[in-house]
Amino acid sequence: MIGSAVPGFVTFDPEPAHIVGTGGAIGAVLRHWVYLQFSSDRFPWPTLAVNVLGSFVFGLAMFAGAGESAIQLVGIGICGAFTTFSSFSVETVQLYERGDRLLAVVNAGGNLALSLLAIGLAWGLVSVGSL
Amino acid sequence: MAAHPIVRLETLALIGIGGFAGSNLRYFALGLFSDVQAVLLVNVLGCFALGFLVYEAQYAGLVAKRSRTVFTTGFLSSLTTYSTFAIQSALAADPLLLVAIVAGNYGLGFTAVLASRELARRLRDDDATPAAGGEAA
Repeated sequence: MIGSAVPGFVTFDPEPAHIVGTGGAIGAVLRHWVYLQFSSDRFPWPTLAVNVLGSFVFGLAMFAGAGESAIQLVGIGICGAFTTFSSFSVETVQLYERGDRLLAVVNAGGNLALSLLAIGLAWGLVSVGSL
Repeated sequence: MAAHPIVRLETLALIGIGGFAGSNLRYFALGLFSDVQAVLLVNVLGCFALGFLVYEAQYAGLVAKRSRTVFTTGFLSSLTTYSTFAIQSALAADPLLLVAIVAGNYGLGFTAVLASRELARRLRDDDATPAAGGEAA
């Protein structure tokens, strides 16, 4: 493997919690940046964007057969923190209670449908790429 | 309102620390329970906490705006996750499990937001009652 060819790399064996946490810090700061750029009062676009993009990247890492540490860093850490369920839920309830009931339903269904589509796309890309 | 660069940098650092802690707690839950249960648990708890802070801000506003941003954006939004939930839904072996995962996260998540809104309203009303009856200094 590449790791054994690099002296010192083999002994570099950080705690899984530190790997996840580092990824989580990166994901949270990236999500904050997306919210600063694309905030909208009409529709929660930033949450939709981070959820779909994060699901896509997690899917890519998983279908590409990433190792345990890579999944901890990229999947559970970065993508896990980049995507969010709490903002999604609160925003959906707020859309509904301000009278935009259709938008609330579209938001709830859209996040799920597009995230699943993104995971399907990731699977497709990895399948085509590994032929 | 253009914040001073150092204030912006501090906000980013605090959000990063919140992200570290939130994702770590989620990872800890993944070790304690099955993956589906762990994600459901952190998502529902996170929805309740975020809902409470958002509605508390709307009704009373006791928590300062920047502290709230740092805690909600950094910690709570990193504690909860959509990507793992979506992956679990996509990989659900049978349709019944898919329905259970989606209905569980969506149903309990929205319910948690509504419950926290109710709690924030009660706290506001408890505070408002003595004030309406006159200050008892």
